[in-house]
Amino acid sequence: MAPMSDAIVAEGLVKRYGSVVALDGLDLVVPEGTVMGLLGPNGAGKTTTVRVLTTLLEPDAGRATVAGLDVHADAKELRRRIGLSGQYSAVDENLTGFENLDMVGRLYHLGKKRSRERARELLARFDLVAAADRPVKGYSGGMRRRLDLAGALVATPRVLFLDEPTTGLDPRSRLGMWDVLGELVAGGTTLLLTTQYLEEADRLADRIAVIDHGHVIALGTADELKAQVGGERLELTVGSAQDVTTARAALGPLAVGEIVEDERGHRLTIPVSGGSEVLVEGIRRLDAESVKVLDVGLRRPTLDDVFLSLTGHAAEEEEQGE
Amino acid sequence: MNAFTQALGDGAVVAKRNLIKIKRVPDLLVFSTLSPIMFVLMFAYVFGGSIEIPGMDYREFLMAGIFAQTVVFGSTITGSGLAEDIQKGVIDRFRSLPMARSAVLIGRTTSDLVNNVIVVLVMSVTGLIVGWRINSSFPEALAGFALLLLFAYAVSWGMAIVGLAVRSPEVFNNASFIAIFPLTFIANTFVQESKLPGVLKTFAEWNPVSAVTQAARELFGNTNPAFPPPDVWSLRHPVLMTLIWVAVFLVVFVPLATRQYRRAVSR
Repeated sequence: MAPMSDAIVAEGLVKRYGSVVALDGLDLVVPEGTVMGLLGPNGAGKTTTVRVLTTLLEPDAGRATVAGLDVHADAKELRRRIGLSGQYSAVDENLTGFENLDMVGRLYHLGKKRSRERARELLARFDLVAAADRPVKGYSGGMRRRLDLAGALVATPRVLFLDEPTTGLDPRSRLGMWDVLGELVAGGTTLLLTTQYLEEADRLADRIAVIDHGHVIALGTADELKAQVGGERLELTVGSAQDVTTARAALGPLAVGEIVEDERGHRLTIPVSGGSEVLVEGIRRLDAESVKVLDVGLRRPTLDDVFLSLTGHAAEEEEQGE
Repeated sequence: MNAFTQALGDGAVVAKRNLIKIKRVPDLLVFSTLSPIMFVLMFAYVFGGSIEIPGMDYREFLMAGIFAQTVVFGSTITGSGLAEDIQKGVIDRFRSLPMARSAVLIGRTTSDLVNNVIVVLVMSVTGLIVGWRINSSFPEALAGFALLLLFAYAVSWGMAIVGLAVRSPEVFNNASFIAIFPLTFIANTFVQESKLPGVLKTFAEWNPVSAVTQAARELFGNTNPAFPPPDVWSLRHPVLMTLIWVAVFLVVFVPLATRQYRRAVSR
């Protein structure tokens, strides 16, 4: 583990709030120039991890370095090298977009002239030129998030931390944000991204660390994690309870694992292997038994499935509050 | 750039940001000015007739008290402003920047001082309209205003500690009212403290607000030989006493507030 090639190294991070253990021995390594997705439900410890790595919180135990600098001993120097965009858009509502970025530049000590230039550059890059001199109060949610992200990029950081960058955005703004982040990542910035959205981690991250109860419970590429859950499954919705029984009998030979039945929804989930041929064969068998099929499809595992199989509960079921 | 000049430079950037808010949300200034005007009018015309101050007009007596109360209230903006910044995640952003640790507090207290200057100006005009007069020299009057503002500045740092600890502007406002009402009313601000019963009298005599009020009263020339201050050291040497309070506040509050800032994170 050469320090030059790992942008973020965290070892055994522990953080307690009273009796609540937010981080419980968290280990994490992010190679330079890669994107790490921290995936987990609310309260899993994602935000706490980001706060420790960005020097906002002192861990109770463990150590961490970012860009080769210790989060405790070299905190001030470290802050020059990182950018943080938090869970809420930490932009000042009463300032204009330009004033917000100019202020951040000044506080990075870029100097008056350079701060202004940089603010204009970023406003252009994030499509905020038209709104640049209007108070942020009138910005949409998506515009605020872009401005907040621009704020994190003012000092051209080598390592960027984004805490739930699309939480609270409507689907269209989220897609827009993903495009922006995609470009950024293509530029070679090391990025640590937290998210509750499995789709988001799947799309943006090179590697994903699944976090639950303050430590990493699984680590790998999206494909590796999906492989852990197993292969494909045939999902089937039929017309009646009678059909459920018939279909189950008809498809039994195709199953490579346990068939899961949802009687009330008249749904069956059948683990299979063999791709679309299995789908065709399944439909043929159902047809032969005259089962009324409302919906049928071959589904590859999603990160939701990964989460469910790793933690025993779905990502969204966890109680609110972090 | 050494640490001290950097803290001042960063503080100026933060202060500028806060002052832009005064410009863009003028309601804030309007209401923080209207309430003291209301106090002046209420006390002058409602209570003024019933409260006897030997040898002088009540309005003359009243103004220094209202000035003291107003600047102390003005200092609470420091706490509510910081609580709001925490709530909105702005403090997280600031703390992730390589800026001086004390800069946000320096900037905040400075911009709130500017706010207080504006409020004091408006109040002086209101006072002059209802019949208040400065009976001392110009330098003395200036010293009186400076002392009031300095006092409020020191109190601001105490408000910063509370604001950073409670992290919600609503909670802060409720908490600060509980502290500020007794401090500004159990004092020589609106009545003669000598007429207060036992414990309250002692409290009023050593209340920092009483010291700054008495100091302002003397520096504005709003005193009368027929009505001397009580024979208590704090009120016999009000200017010195106020300066001692200011020093104590700053020595205690500045490090505590900075420490609290270092730990402050939003929830």
